[in-house]
Parts: sequence; C-alpha cells; structure tokens
Amino acid sequence: MATTTVHRSARTRNSASAAGRVRAHSPYTSWFYLPAAVIYGVLFLVPTVIAFYFSLTRWSIFDSKFIGFDNYVTFFQEPGLISSLWHTLVYAVLTSGAKVVLGLGLAILLTSQIVGRGYLRSVVFFPVLVSTIGVGLTFTVLMNPERGLINQSLDLIGITGPGWLTDPSLALISVALVDIWKGVGLATLIYIAGIVSIPQEYFEAARVDGAGAWDNFRHIVLPLARPATVTVIILSLIGGLRSFDLIWAMTRGGPGFTSDVIASVIYKQYQAGFYGLSTAGNVVLFLVVTAIILPLSRFLNRKEVEL
Amino acid sequence: MRTRHIAIALLAATSMALTACSAGSLGSSDDKGGDGKVTLTYLIDNGQETLKVAEQMVKDFTAKNPNITIKLDTRPQGTDGDNLIKTRLSTGDMSDVFMYNSGSLFQAMAPEKNLAPLGDTENIGQLDKNFTTAVTSNGKIYGVPLGSYMAGAILYNKDVYAKLGLQVPKTWADFMANNAKIKAGGVDPVIQTYGETWTSQLFILGDFANVTSADPDWADKYTKNQAKYATTPAAEAGFQHLQEVHDAGYTNKDFASAKLADGLRYLAQGKGAQYPILSALLSQLIADNPGSENKIGLFPIPGTDAAKNNLTVWSPNGVYIPATTTGAKLDAAKKFLAYIASPDGCTSQTTASTPTGPYAVKGCTLGDVPQAVKDMQGYIDSGNSSLALEFVSPVKGPALEQICVEVGSGIRKADAAAKLYDEDVKKQAQQLGLEGW
Repeated sequence: MATTTVHRSARTRNSASAAGRVRAHSPYTSWFYLPAAVIYGVLFLVPTVIAFYFSLTRWSIFDSKFIGFDNYVTFFQEPGLISSLWHTLVYAVLTSGAKVVLGLGLAILLTSQIVGRGYLRSVVFFPVLVSTIGVGLTFTVLMNPERGLINQSLDLIGITGPGWLTDPSLALISVALVDIWKGVGLATLIYIAGIVSIPQEYFEAARVDGAGAWDNFRHIVLPLARPATVTVIILSLIGGLRSFDLIWAMTRGGPGFTSDVIASVIYKQYQAGFYGLSTAGNVVLFLVVTAIILPLSRFLNRKEVEL
Repeated sequence: MRTRHIAIALLAATSMALTACSAGSLGSSDDKGGDGKVTLTYLIDNGQETLKVAEQMVKDFTAKNPNITIKLDTRPQGTDGDNLIKTRLSTGDMSDVFMYNSGSLFQAMAPEKNLAPLGDTENIGQLDKNFTTAVTSNGKIYGVPLGSYMAGAILYNKDVYAKLGLQVPKTWADFMANNAKIKAGGVDPVIQTYGETWTSQLFILGDFANVTSADPDWADKYTKNQAKYATTPAAEAGFQHLQEVHDAGYTNKDFASAKLADGLRYLAQGKGAQYPILSALLSQLIADNPGSENKIGLFPIPGTDAAKNNLTVWSPNGVYIPATTTGAKLDAAKKFLAYIASPDGCTSQTTASTPTGPYAVKGCTLGDVPQAVKDMQGYIDSGNSSLALEFVSPVKGPALEQICVEVGSGIRKADAAAKLYDEDVKKQAQQLGLEGW
C-alpha cells in the first residue's frame, strides 16, 4: 500500500516537472480538484457569467434580444425601487440588531446555572429547524386582525390589537418580528459557543479581584465573545438583506407595496415574465449585498485583531 | 494508464451526476401497453370548482373511451401558475393536455412554437366565434373552451335590495346613492377582500365595457401606446370608484384581511350587499352557501351613462395540447378535446358544477340556472356586453392588483395610481416587443 502511494506521487511529480510546472509536493494530484471544479463551474460560475450577459438582454423563455443597459435603466426607474431598498435596509438592520441583543441575552442566561438548561436550549433553537414557509403561514393565521389568536388574546385583556399584517405601517415590522423569533435561536447558539469557549481562569481571576456579574459581562464576556458577535451580525445582515421567503409567505410584499423588499420586487418581475429585468435586478442585489457586507466584514474583523 | 482510468471514471461519474439532475420522467410511466391503452396527464388549476368539473369530465369521457386513462395534476392559480405553465412549456416538460386562459395569456405562450394546432379535430366547427378568436394564432385554432363565459360585475343580495326598496343602479351616482341607504340600513354596502389580492381589480377590469362605450377604439390605441389610463377620464374612473368607495367607508370592516370565501359568505348571508367579482365565483358561492341560488342577482359595474349600461365579459378558459404530445397520446388527447367541445362535454360540466354563464359550444343548453346567470344572459342576449380588456389587448401590467389594494385601502390616491399603472404596463409592452413603446 505504502509503496504504491510513494510510487504514484513520484510519477506524478515527474510528469508535472516534465510539463514545465513545479508544484509544492502534495500527496494528491490536481485531478482531485476536478469533481468539485466541475460542479462549482457548471452550477455556479457558468450561470453567474451567463446571468451578467442576460441582464443586458430582453429575453423570454423562447428567445432573447440584446438591448444594452436598458434593463438597468428600467430597474432604477422602478417606482417601488427606492421604497423597497429602504424596506430592505430597515428589515436587515432591525432583525440583525435584535438578534444580536436577544441572542447575547439568551446565551448568557442559557450558559448560567439554571434549571432545565438543556431543555431550554432546545426550545430556543427549535424555531430554526422549522420550515420558513410553515412559520410564515402559521403566523399569518395567528396575526389575522379579526380571527387571529394574537388579537383575540389581546381582546380578552381589553386591548384592541392592530392589523399586524394589514396595517401599511406595521406589516414590515410584524414580519421582522417573526424573522427574529425564528432566527434568534441560531444567534443564541453561536453566542453560547463563543461564551463557553472563554477560559474559566478569567472569571476566577475576576472573582478574586472582586468583580460582580456586570463587570464579568462588560469586561470579559462582551469583548471575548466578539468573534461570535461578528459572525451573528454578518450572517443575520446578509440574511436580512436578501430575505424573501418569510416576507413572501406572510404578505407578498403587501398591503400594496408596503412590505416589498428588493428580493420580492425582483421575484415579482420574474413572475410577470420580465426575465431580463429581473436578471438585472439580481445583479444589482448581488452588488448591493457585496457593497454592504464586504467593508463591514473587513471593519469588524480588523477590530477583532486589534483586541 | 492510471490517469486515463481516473479521467474516464470522472467523466462517467460527472455525466451520471448530470443526468440525475435533469428533469426525469415525472409520472406517466406506463404510457402505452401493448393493447392500445393510453394514459394522459391533464394539468388544471387548483380551484375547487375546476377540480370538480375535471373529475366529472374525465369520468364521463373514460366511460366512453375505456382505452384512455387520464391522470389529473393541479397547479396554482394567478401569476405562480403563469410561471409554471411557461416554464414547463419551455423545458418540454408539459403534461399531455392542459387548461389555461384564453386571450392575452394564451398569446404569451407562443402558441405556434409550443402548442399543437387542432385544425382536423372533431367538433372544432361547433365553437362560438368569440371564443375561437381568443385561442387563434395566425389563423390556427389551438384550444377548446372549458367552463362558460363569465362577467366581471357586481353580485348583489336581492333580499337586502328588496328590504330597503332599492332599484338596480344604472349609473355610478345611483350606485353611490344606494350605498348610502344600505349603510344606513346597517349592512356593509360593498364587500372587498384583499386577503386575496386579485379580487381587488374588479372595479377597474369590470369597468372596461364603460371605457369601450365611451371610445370603441380605446383598446387599440392603448396597445399602440396612444391612450393611457391616467389621461382618459373614462379609464381612470375605475380607480376613482375604488377610492370613493373606500373614502366613504362603504366597505366591510375586515376588507384588508378577508378572503374570497369570506366575501362570498358575507354576500350570501346579507352581511354585505354588493360584491364586485367574477360571475364564475357564483358556483363556489352556491356550493359553500346552499340555498342562495335565487337570492343573488347581478348587474354591470355602472358608468356615467344610464343608456349605455354594458356588461364586461370574459371568454372561457381553453384546454390545449402542447407540441410535445405526439403519437398515440396526441390522438387520445384530440379525442378528449373533441369531447370537451361537444354538447356531452357541456353536460358533464353542468353535472359537476352549476353553470355560471353561457357555454361557448353551440348546441349546449343551460337548463335551470341561478338568478344571477339569468341576469347575465339578459345583458349578453340584448347586446349590452363587450369583451374585457385582456381579450382585446395583450397589455396588462402585473402590479395592478397591488395598486388596486393600495387605492382601496387609502394608501394611494386614484390619479397617482392610474399613473403608476401606466408605468407598470410599459414593461409588459416592451417585453412583448410591441410597436410604439
């Protein structure tokens, strides 16, 4: 067995240098990249490049016509674009911020010595496992202004609940609340991992110095859980910026256009058969997400190094 | 040697993986036995009544043609369904027979490329002209009618009208005057159900007969980008009406979340007096609320001129055969379509579901029909009807339902909405490659 391996790698190295390329010696040949490269190329690279081209055409499923940057012009003139950009931003910041705060709070609670800790951890994580569409449809029923459980419960204590999903000023926030409920488990999990990896010595030393619970949190947990914070912010912000499934399941961007985000605008264009236009929209969405996340991730990671 | 082996193995593995990805044979495995038996798949939308009609029709047809088996398959309605139809047609993955809209949506399927013409099929000559023009492309007929003509109109509760001593309104002013009295009588005058957004469009789509009577060439000019909703008072009126009804507080309290079924129930129970909706929903109304057959009447959405009180009419859906259906299956599929286009086919439909308008097949009788259908027949027989915009122009914007919800909920004003809708249709016209946009 061992001899064959040695023999084979020697052969490969010989043939590689014969072809004029010198490689750092690896026990594997570069052929091993091929399956992954083929799958990545066919399913990701090629479609991405093709998408850039098709965003410059007006195409139907049956044919296409090159029209230059007209799709981008139309897309940026879309009356709902500015409001949907704004909704996207509000939604992303709201869900991301709430997940950081709630996730950290829950993680601290669930790493402390409380009764039924394991059980509570699974309870908090459970919504993450449920299908987003299922959650969306369930909450649509619960949030029905007249017959929904939420408003009926509020009625019992004498409060007239608002039209959670039908009031234009509330719809987006209601969906964001559900997103937070569903996503906070993952944030909590990341924070728990971050907190339990802090060495106990710090806490012991702090106790010797007479630090209270707040000092522990402020000066040990918060700074040392920073990698977890960065991960939660980045993940939830990306998720928020391109969120679509929950919004679509709950309001379809409605009432009217009041909870439309970029992704739902693009989806509606695709649905209407404006394929070129929606491809252009996807390119724009890709650039917007990159433009927000790349500098942010650089910034957050640099801070981490400085600590 | 060894490298070549690896390469071949990889090639084999990759191609296997790729074939696994391609859409395989979904369903319909045993197409043909040796004894001439054929299995067809038939794609319909998932409406309650559509399914009932399709099941009955398949049962009656297969009883007469024991060698043909038909499997039903359902798809969503609305834009999701449009998407599915286009995708399955373009990938060559369409079922053997399918049901879809006639008119502009039929044209959007690129019928010459994707559908099988029905020229030599039996019974095609028996179809009504209004319908065949809606399923003809380049002189060839591609579909047979499923269901009946329907109207976009106002269904009203006759008991409420009788109790309050009201007359059927012939102008919008009369309609609003009625509404005031109905509201004073403690009943919600106009039912709106934005829980299902498409139901919001009736005040605009169902008003098109009034636009046509104001300017018979409007649809043509509209297609050529020479007429606009925002600049034609008769066309903008639809948006104005929607706003007036909301501003006056004439809608049911839960209009924002109510669903179609709720709206039909309110109307049948007399909680609401009038519901602008498609007359095809009558069958669902009657099925869900037994005993309401003769309590519900129908009148056109009123315009400005009492002398031109016209009804806006929709042509029935079509049943089509995609170009991918060939051989024995094609013959069987044509047989099935010929059955749908025969008086026997109409009888099947009537057995399954109360007809909600006249059929587009000559020689079909309606029998005993609900009051609202008789009202509708009256307008059609006296010539007081015209086709809806989607049958005379391919231009329809995808966001109309959201825009209507906005106007009907007081989020956007009527004039701004008409302008926004004009922008919305521009994209559709450009996508279709129409002249002048």
